[in-house]
Amino acid sequence: METNSSWIYTDKVKEHFLNPKNVLKDGEDFQADGEGITGNVKCGDEMLFLLKIRDDIIQDVRWKTYGCASAIASTSALSELIKGMHIRDAYQIKPDDVVKALGGLPENKIHCSVLGDKALRVAIDNYLEKTGRKGLYKDLGARIICTCLNITDHDIEEAVKQGAHDWEKLQEHTKIGTVCGKCRKEAEELLHTYVHIFGES
Amino acid sequence: MNNRIVYMDYNATTPLHPLVKEFMVRELDTYANASSMHELGRQARSAIEDARAKVGMLIGEDSATNTLIFTSGGSESNNTVFATMFHIGRNSKRNKIITTAIEHPCVLNAAKWLDAEGFPVHFLSVDAYGKIDFNELESVLDDSTLLVSVMTANNEIGTIQDIARVVELAKAKGALVHTDATQAAGKIPVNVKALGVDYATLSCHKIYGPKGIGALYIKKGSPIEPLIRGGHQEYGYRAGTYNNLGILGFGEAARLAKENLQTYQSKMSALRNKLRDGIEQKVPLIHINGHRTDVLPNTLNVSFPGAEGESILLYLDLAGIEVSTGSACASGSLDPSHVLLATGLGPELAHGSIRFSLGMYNTEDDVDYVLNELPPIIERLRSMSTVKAEDIAQTLQGVK
Repeated sequence: METNSSWIYTDKVKEHFLNPKNVLKDGEDFQADGEGITGNVKCGDEMLFLLKIRDDIIQDVRWKTYGCASAIASTSALSELIKGMHIRDAYQIKPDDVVKALGGLPENKIHCSVLGDKALRVAIDNYLEKTGRKGLYKDLGARIICTCLNITDHDIEEAVKQGAHDWEKLQEHTKIGTVCGKCRKEAEELLHTYVHIFGES
Repeated sequence: MNNRIVYMDYNATTPLHPLVKEFMVRELDTYANASSMHELGRQARSAIEDARAKVGMLIGEDSATNTLIFTSGGSESNNTVFATMFHIGRNSKRNKIITTAIEHPCVLNAAKWLDAEGFPVHFLSVDAYGKIDFNELESVLDDSTLLVSVMTANNEIGTIQDIARVVELAKAKGALVHTDATQAAGKIPVNVKALGVDYATLSCHKIYGPKGIGALYIKKGSPIEPLIRGGHQEYGYRAGTYNNLGILGFGEAARLAKENLQTYQSKMSALRNKLRDGIEQKVPLIHINGHRTDVLPNTLNVSFPGAEGESILLYLDLAGIEVSTGSACASGSLDPSHVLLATGLGPELAHGSIRFSLGMYNTEDDVDYVLNELPPIIERLRSMSTVKAEDIAQTLQGVK
């Protein structure tokens, strides 16, 4: 269809949405070395990542996504980004890298891109666990949120995965914000994001 | 890809009816201020009164003088009613407001405003088909009830409420009754006189007229306070220089809607049923939302679990098919449609909902086109989805 009105997303998003790369086909036998799923259909998006890894290098990738155009395009772009990448580098990919690879997303759609890197990390963790190196990259690329107690975004992510879905529970798990309390706003934003991603199923 | 556009979003808004457009073009020079005493002013005023009569006729009010005021649209009409309740209820023991969980946001938010101002507000729940529960209404209605506001028909799922019964119960307790008839007028018969409501909201752009113009019916003797204060226009209930062109367009759109109502209903329900049956036949594992029979003739709301609404909408859009969705992603919030959730539909079904709302330019050929384009889109999205067919089947078991 030829129209003069611009699409609500960039050409790259449109391309990845219309012709997504590396989708796991029905009945395809993809022998994954690591796999991870995050998100929740109830919250509107869920992603599955399957990785084929040799010598810690990602050889091939397949994925499935339930979600909106941004979620589908983000997963597709991320899957292209990580092929041939060392798992240590892949582990440090941030949502922002995906948004850049897509040439940007509308402001209210940024949250649709935050799932991919999490699913990827879960898949890499799954591979590390299988190869007897559980938690190897735990602190890799982590950002300190609570400077008083050295608590990172990964610690918050981990606590939410273990069921800390509100501020009080997060404090019980991590002691975050119990000293000066300056980190609370940022920590609560992260909490909100992670609950959306890993929340109750 | 082709250049074909199939617009099926008529509940969002409608194009101008060609005869309304013609009428408005003819009236473009009716510029005089209808409040002026001179000849041109009197002519404009007379044209406006003709329009008022025509809009009144659409809703069964044969003498619209003093009972029908023009506003900027449905939102203003609804807000005028709720602002009136604020004025008469704030120093009175009779101040309870009853409305429903599936109203348009302008009613919901006006009710929440009154709630924040200290008014007791009750939101009636609805059943799986979007119908209110009259036992619940009876149980919350009492002598302190000031207003019961129930929409005639819902914009998302099309479910039609029994307003006559609402009036009967509310009047027994001395309460006022408002109905937001924005989606119903022009699609089904609406007769404010027979219903006995105190207030009814109308919007022009849903019935093939221009945007920016609506009306509020106020039964003779029912209290009303202006939302916009100023001059003496609209019997002092709504100030502001007359929107000549909008009002005249509204009058003509209302006249045509009344004249064409029966033809419209039979054409729409035939097309909608064809679309519904076709989707049921061609797309496995779906759920039809709303009421099967008490539903607007043009509206069809379907959930396609396993596929997400915004993705469906955008794939359809690329095929030239224009619809809307109740998914969260499309609204920019994290929650899907409040209407679908209120019917008890799980979020996984609400996220995958699509509303097809048909209108005067749709043809059987359009429906065939949609029935051709839609199934592969759903199949494609489901094939890249994490949700498995057996999970979908299980989810659907829960709602059927």
